[in-house]
Amino acid sequence: MVRYLAKRLVYYAVLVFIATSLTYLLASLSFNPRLTYESRNPRPPASVIDTQLSQIGVNDHDPLIGRYLTWAGKTFTGDLGLTVTRKEIDNEFWVRLGISLRLLIIGSILGTVLGVLLGFWNALRQYRLSDRVSTILSFVLLSTPVFLSAVLLKIGATGLNQALGIQLINYTGEATAGFQGTLWEALGDRAVHLLLPTISIAIGSIAIYSRYQRATMLDVLGSDYIRTARAKGLSRTRATLKHGLRTALIPMTTLFAYGFLGIFLGATFTEKIFGWNGLGAWFIEGVQANDVNVVTAYSLFAAVVVLLAGFLADIANAALDPRVRAAR
Amino acid sequence: MTFSSNTEITEAEPTLLPPLGNDRQLKRARGGRAGILIGRVFSNRGAAFGVVVLILLFAFAFIGPLISGWSYSELDYTALRKPPSALHWFGTNNIGQDVFTQTARGMQKSLLIGLLVALFSTAVAGFLGAAAGYFGGRADRIIMLVVDVLLVLPSFLIIAILSPRLKEYGWIVLVVLLAAFSWMVTARVIRSMTLSIKEREYVRAAQYMGIGSLAIISRHILPNVASFLIIDATIAVGGAVLGEASLSYFGFGVQAPDVSLGTLIAANQNAALTSPWLFYFSAAGLVLFALAANLLGDGLRDAFDPTSVAGKRMSRSARRRGRAAADSARTSTPAAAPEIGTAR
Amino acid sequence: MTAAMASSFSGVEIGEVVLEVENLTVGFPTPNGVVKAVRGIDLTLRRGEVLGIVGESGSGKSVTATAIMGLLAPTAVVGGSIRLGGTELVGATDKRLSGLRGAKIAMVFQDPLSAFTPVYTIGDQIAETVLAHRKVSKQQATERAVELLKIVGIPDAERRVRAFPHELSGGMRQRAMIAMAIANDPDVILADEPTTALDVTIQAQIIEVLRTAQRETGAALIFVSHDLGVIAGFADRVAVMYAGRVVETATVDELFAQPRMPYSLGLIGAVPRLDQSVHEALVPIPGTPPSLLEYSGGCPFADRCPMVIPACRAAEPALRALPGDPDESHTAACIRSEEIVERSATPRDVFPTPEVTIAALDRVPRDEREVVLHVDGLVKTFPLTGGAVFKRRVGTVWAVDGVDLDIRAGETLGLVGESGSGKSTTLTEIMNLLPPEAGSIELLGKPFAELGSSRAARKSLRSDVSIVFQDPMASLDPRMPVAEVIAEPLRAAGRSTEQIDARVPELMSLVGLDPNRGGLFPHEFSGGQRQRISIARALAVEPRLIVLDEPVSALDVSIQAGVLNLLAELRARLGLSYLFVSHDLSVIRYIADRASVMYLGRTVETGSVEEIFEHPLHPYTQALLSAVPIPDPVKERSRERILVQGDPPSATTRQTGCRFRGRCQVFAMLDETRRTKCVEVVPLPEPHWRVGTDHTAACHWPVDVDPI
Repeated sequence: MVRYLAKRLVYYAVLVFIATSLTYLLASLSFNPRLTYESRNPRPPASVIDTQLSQIGVNDHDPLIGRYLTWAGKTFTGDLGLTVTRKEIDNEFWVRLGISLRLLIIGSILGTVLGVLLGFWNALRQYRLSDRVSTILSFVLLSTPVFLSAVLLKIGATGLNQALGIQLINYTGEATAGFQGTLWEALGDRAVHLLLPTISIAIGSIAIYSRYQRATMLDVLGSDYIRTARAKGLSRTRATLKHGLRTALIPMTTLFAYGFLGIFLGATFTEKIFGWNGLGAWFIEGVQANDVNVVTAYSLFAAVVVLLAGFLADIANAALDPRVRAAR
Repeated sequence: MTFSSNTEITEAEPTLLPPLGNDRQLKRARGGRAGILIGRVFSNRGAAFGVVVLILLFAFAFIGPLISGWSYSELDYTALRKPPSALHWFGTNNIGQDVFTQTARGMQKSLLIGLLVALFSTAVAGFLGAAAGYFGGRADRIIMLVVDVLLVLPSFLIIAILSPRLKEYGWIVLVVLLAAFSWMVTARVIRSMTLSIKEREYVRAAQYMGIGSLAIISRHILPNVASFLIIDATIAVGGAVLGEASLSYFGFGVQAPDVSLGTLIAANQNAALTSPWLFYFSAAGLVLFALAANLLGDGLRDAFDPTSVAGKRMSRSARRRGRAAADSARTSTPAAAPEIGTAR
Repeated sequence: MTAAMASSFSGVEIGEVVLEVENLTVGFPTPNGVVKAVRGIDLTLRRGEVLGIVGESGSGKSVTATAIMGLLAPTAVVGGSIRLGGTELVGATDKRLSGLRGAKIAMVFQDPLSAFTPVYTIGDQIAETVLAHRKVSKQQATERAVELLKIVGIPDAERRVRAFPHELSGGMRQRAMIAMAIANDPDVILADEPTTALDVTIQAQIIEVLRTAQRETGAALIFVSHDLGVIAGFADRVAVMYAGRVVETATVDELFAQPRMPYSLGLIGAVPRLDQSVHEALVPIPGTPPSLLEYSGGCPFADRCPMVIPACRAAEPALRALPGDPDESHTAACIRSEEIVERSATPRDVFPTPEVTIAALDRVPRDEREVVLHVDGLVKTFPLTGGAVFKRRVGTVWAVDGVDLDIRAGETLGLVGESGSGKSTTLTEIMNLLPPEAGSIELLGKPFAELGSSRAARKSLRSDVSIVFQDPMASLDPRMPVAEVIAEPLRAAGRSTEQIDARVPELMSLVGLDPNRGGLFPHEFSGGQRQRISIARALAVEPRLIVLDEPVSALDVSIQAGVLNLLAELRARLGLSYLFVSHDLSVIRYIADRASVMYLGRTVETGSVEEIFEHPLHPYTQALLSAVPIPDPVKERSRERILVQGDPPSATTRQTGCRFRGRCQVFAMLDETRRTKCVEVVPLPEPHWRVGTDHTAACHWPVDVDPI
């Protein structure tokens, strides 16, 4: 088992390497950071621009392969280089990661847990009213892109605030700028700011997970071993809870890994729309600023996240399913 | 000594269906198959809703601009930011453009992109997935590595990186990019379906006859995953439209002066409270379209699934346990399509 | 009462009535109407009694058993009455039923793998049954689980109790399933096809375990099966089901001695028998069972019955005893029962049976006939790989390790072996036409090794051999009209369109199908017809040899008989040779001229069918023959069973010496010096005391016994 997981890790590392290198090469070919400098006022002399670009490692006059090797060498030592505006990416990265995590963690956990529970409940009550309503709702949510639901939430909050005449729901940024108060009041302020982004992140996950959990649960409910459990004299509820839920969670573990990717990509929209300066927002700014290093750092991060999630899914899968443990 | 009465005993077993004598009857039999399928789709309320909405949206997108009397870029200086009226059915925007025509125009672009992306990605997924599954070995490993790399790369990021560079080629590049990043999961499913079909005896029989690999893929494997591909393509249309809208929202997709639902929503999001007509028509159009595609795909899945009992409140577990009974009622699914993979 | 003093064949005293089923009906609503799966059944079951319910697929036998357990889907509409020891089960609440299930009434399911929850250990799942009904500690429940595993004969029970279901073999899982059923000493045990998924030697073991289980609990047992042989040996009374009703019920001896309903007669006549060497055609029952969806009045068997008269269609006949019967114990639902009894009719009297065609080649001595297929010392290994991403070889599976076959023109060789014996691998090696890993394969005198890997060389041989598979659904592409299916090998062989258009209808007629139906799709045909399509496809390019891979095992017996008759006739008319693979020795005895027995990748015995079935040499062959049930209750009860122990070992280690010794009943009785030979020396095929025949067995110390 340990051997198997170690091998998976190696494979994942190879994938991360290929994916990040591809991003670097594509970004280097596509971006023109020289523009950023040339458009400065006053315009710096060409030789200065060249030196600066070379220092950052994005000078299009240097050969691409050389730039790539330098970048790769530095990345292996943990140095992600400089932004176009000559900031240390390493420092900025951790700050932004913290912001993103604070934004995402509650919403994604909430979304996953509620999604699984809702799917389970719906499967037990298949074709009842509650199931039909949830089905329709999740289809509508699945058909609403993150940016649209975020914008709609914002519009709703604004409308509510206007109707009440007070700023009940704040949704811009992480906290009110210059907020003064006790620790609890500060936390409360942050919680209010988190409300809309968390809803926006959670509803998407709930919609997806509840659909899949409902489907796997229905498969399990029709299985022979549920019938066996009932034949021993377990009640319907006990049989489904003890023998059904755990088995139905096994195929979900893989889904959680992919779902995580979706949440992170969606976070780009959530961050931009709700004004959180997290990694996603950083990435968008990076694209707009033609910043190769920032964009590559983001892609490295995204790849690591996906694969870490995949790795955790492998472990969860093995923990839940003795057949997997035996086969590997 | 025999008890035989005068009824004739034939060696061959009669079936439940009357023998069909000529070609016309055969065609009818097959027409009946399609008919039953369509019947099953329409007996699913969601799918029926999907079909109707899709037809209406297509009509709106392609016929709408012809009958509105406005062109999408035309400015009406007499009506700036006016609510819906007899002249401008969906109102006008800040600079006097007709919102109805603009929405229709955006819808057109979104529909075209959605359909093309679904078509391309499904074709690629079908071909590569079947090839990986059928040939196995090195071909399989290479294709699966590509799949994994593309899954690890956030598609949104790559498209965002490349789109400034490729602006000059217009929206068709967007189609290619979206398609390039949306075939992987389907290919995986097709691959695993192929792996199981490959072990089916009819494929082995064909191999033992000496039929070539490509012929086996095209004659035996692809037709047997076709129903899954159709379902998947339907859902992919919705996904592609949402993807395009998301990219366009950030300015990485369809570029001005062209409009798509995404650019319209982005441009008008701040006007939602003051001039709701600017925002809600395009937002509703987007959600409706994706919803219709999703519901149709779901309905098709039920219709293609021979074990599903369309339109009946019968749980799946009930179906399974009732299978013994269903055996005896062989006519209950007379022309249901043969099983499609249960993957997904 | 006499009943109280009687005892069942398994030696358990028959006591009071424990289960009474009255006018049970089950309907399943579908969009096309209600499927009436069970249409009014009465059963009475006494303590200690074994009731066999026999019928073909779709007869409603499993639905009946599931309905008694109250485990049908909530949508199923159940009518009538089921009383378990005075408690009415129909309409009882789930809570009430849960209290009875597993305690008073228990069930053994068909597929023991899917019937266990994969994520919990066997011990936990058995203990759960105990905990559900008794106030004991978890510790005590686990101890009880170990005890139960011992009762059902699972060796090393203390360790196995912690095993997950996938870690046990099929036979072990079924034993565990039985352990679970008897955990709380139930009054009634329902066994739904409990041995159908198992090999014949394992089936014999499981039937013994069920006998033990019944003895331990004194329970009444309902044994549902499609296999008349199993029923004959195990049941005290039999109910024959057809189209959702019991059409005949009697004590097992009476039913087999003189059935009173043409369907029961047909069933008995359609089964090939291990103990009969007569080369007579089997009795085929024409047609297929009626749809229970649109069923309306009249005898449901009328459309297939040669004895049908207009009165049969007027009303559905009720079960009745005949005037002059001592009691109501033998009843049948047929209005012409009197005539059947009067004339002591046999299946052959009622059902018209085709004449057996004698092939011209049958008169040519075997030695003078052309060798069609010759396999010598064939070896095929597979790498055992580990790891999901970077596959690496961690070992070798010796799937085939020394197979010899010899088939002459116009001859049928039956290849016998249990799952894992390497039968399928052998077939694949033959069909691939590729040079074997070791040993040799020659088709019509052409060794595969000389064909090399060139496609063109193999192509010329492709038309000489074709294959028919087991599963009539999986072997036909569901998306292709059957005319296309049959034309496929012709196209592959490069025939012209005109030739194909002429040949396809001809082939369809040859196998007894209406050539006008070529435009239909496979699912529009019944199982037996689909198998005929497969045969037509195999015949298309006029091969000399047809490989038949379990061609009838997926079919009901009444359909199977027709297909077997067709195969026999085609062989005689067209001078074909067959390599006929089957796990069913009775079928082999009926269809084959010669037989070859495989165990763990090796040929252990070869000879003519008469020789092998009358004078088996190898202990494995003897055990196999002994394990096959015979549909004759008197004979079946008097047989001495040779039970082999355990499961076949894994093919991942290459065994030295004799591969069978670990399970061998003879080896167990040998002295140390003789055993050494079995351990160290691989036995070679020898005729032993059957010198003068070409019958050989690979055994060092064969013993002469008659297992049939």
